[in-house]
Amino acid sequence: MAFPPTDSVGFVSPQTAVFDETIELESRGRLDGYQVVYETYGELNAQKNNAILICHALSGDHHAAGYYECESEQESLKTAGWWDTMIGPGKPIDTERFFVVSPNNLGGCSGTTGPSSINPETGQPFGTDFPIVTVNDWVRVQERLSNYLGISKWACVAGGSLGGMQALQWSITFPERLRHCLVIASAPKLNAQNIGFNDVARQAIRTDPDFHNGNYYREQATPARGMRVARMIGHITYLSEDMMALKFGRNLRKKSKFDYEFTPEFEVESYLRYQGDRFVSKFDANTYLLMTKALDYFDPASKTDDCLTTALANVSADFLVTSFSSDWRFAPERSREIVRALQSNKINVSYSEIKCDQGHDSFLLAIDDYMNVMHAYLKRIASECDHEAPHD
Amino acid sequence: MIKSLNESSLTRYDHKMISDWVARDSRVIDLGCGNGALLKHLQNEKNVSGYGVELNPEMISECIENGINVIQFNLDKGLGHFDSNSFDTVILSLTLQAMRNPKELLSEMMRVGKQGIVTFPNFAHWRNRWQIAMSGKMPESEQLPYKWFNTPNIHLCTIRDFHALCLDLGFQIESSIAVRADGRSSFGLKALPNLFGEIALCRFSKP
Repeated sequence: MAFPPTDSVGFVSPQTAVFDETIELESRGRLDGYQVVYETYGELNAQKNNAILICHALSGDHHAAGYYECESEQESLKTAGWWDTMIGPGKPIDTERFFVVSPNNLGGCSGTTGPSSINPETGQPFGTDFPIVTVNDWVRVQERLSNYLGISKWACVAGGSLGGMQALQWSITFPERLRHCLVIASAPKLNAQNIGFNDVARQAIRTDPDFHNGNYYREQATPARGMRVARMIGHITYLSEDMMALKFGRNLRKKSKFDYEFTPEFEVESYLRYQGDRFVSKFDANTYLLMTKALDYFDPASKTDDCLTTALANVSADFLVTSFSSDWRFAPERSREIVRALQSNKINVSYSEIKCDQGHDSFLLAIDDYMNVMHAYLKRIASECDHEAPHD
Repeated sequence: MIKSLNESSLTRYDHKMISDWVARDSRVIDLGCGNGALLKHLQNEKNVSGYGVELNPEMISECIENGINVIQFNLDKGLGHFDSNSFDTVILSLTLQAMRNPKELLSEMMRVGKQGIVTFPNFAHWRNRWQIAMSGKMPESEQLPYKWFNTPNIHLCTIRDFHALCLDLGFQIESSIAVRADGRSSFGLKALPNLFGEIALCRFSKP
């Protein structure tokens, strides 16, 4: 098989936008200048009306599609973007028709200014001096990136999970700057159970002796044990009970009898540890803490007496809201809350609830019904781009 | 809802009749909207806005591609998704007979909308009567192509039954017509709709 595959955007490389300006954050923190790393796929058309903004989730980054060119093909193969199932030539977000922009959010650890970046005031990594950032802040930074790229209106802003929250916030903060909003496997706010899970993850990291109060960089340490536990618990919540039963059951690892000891004996144990270790090597603990806080704080209705319908009163984008039947972390009912509030505002909205076993992570997978819905909706957006007036 | 009936020949006529009953620029919801053909028709002809409700994933994709707002959920779970009095017209076309609780759904329709339009296969059509009388078996027809044990049409009724239920629910029947499956009318049909009508169309409102 040819590599990169023909339905992939191929080899990609990130770009950097430097913003030499101050941003005041919702947490009352501020940054005097920052940079945003992003990737783009496809071409912006002459009318500038075919741009799609992709918002990433908790552990995502700007690398949504394609591959990085490495020493060997085998190495390159491992670098597929996190939404490569969705973005590419002929895929639902068709790069032959759309210009796709995928930034890494503020506070990230993949090149955009974050806790592991150097604080110009001290010459040291920010660590816990990095201010708390919210979904609101991210959307404002993404808006600055839109201006930088000369995109006055997005054909669509799309995201899953925490990314869906950003898409929803876009429709509230900048209603005139997007035509469509795709909110996938998301929620209008986290519930107590979700916040609880996030705090377990944060406690695991913050109580790791290698955390050094967030300044582990200068100690040449990594709170790896805490990160691993955080990722393990997170990972469990992204899968469904049925999926785990199907994938692992009670299978033992390379043996048929118990050894009666505390080494990993069940398949599920070694799988989760593997996922945890992999995560430690590519993610920054402080970023993980920030991202989970951004999730917890998101609640657009809190500014309108807890009425989501009022919070969405000025929305003008058309919506596609999608949820997955086996997702218990961001259950279908949470998506329906968004749909109901949009309906009450007489907004054009379609809602699909995909039947599947894969849990929250379904939004990253190529599930037939899901792909069909996305294909159908994006085809509609693409045909509008042909008729719609230029976005100046 | 998967349309449980063969509606190929009927569709056009059905849509035309319903369209006559829907006001221009009004808010419409089509329960069991299939691929959205009726809503599309109403959008084009009457500039209506609103939503379709459907359960079948393939139909959801078709609606989306057709530019129809579609909400995927099971009508057997009621219309809790929709605010009271939020639509001018609520349509339930060839779907009532497949619902688990038709009475509940009808009253929900009148909660969310000002007027309701229901179309359903008339079980009292003479051919059904004839089949039961002659063979002693449940009727099968082009409209109802199932065996009693595998039919999704679990709540079949006659035009008279339906009118009685509307009365019971306190609805006011605004119009009621019956047609043949090919959409044609005849003298017999007008005189004895419950005997010669294959499909019934009924429009009702809150008194």
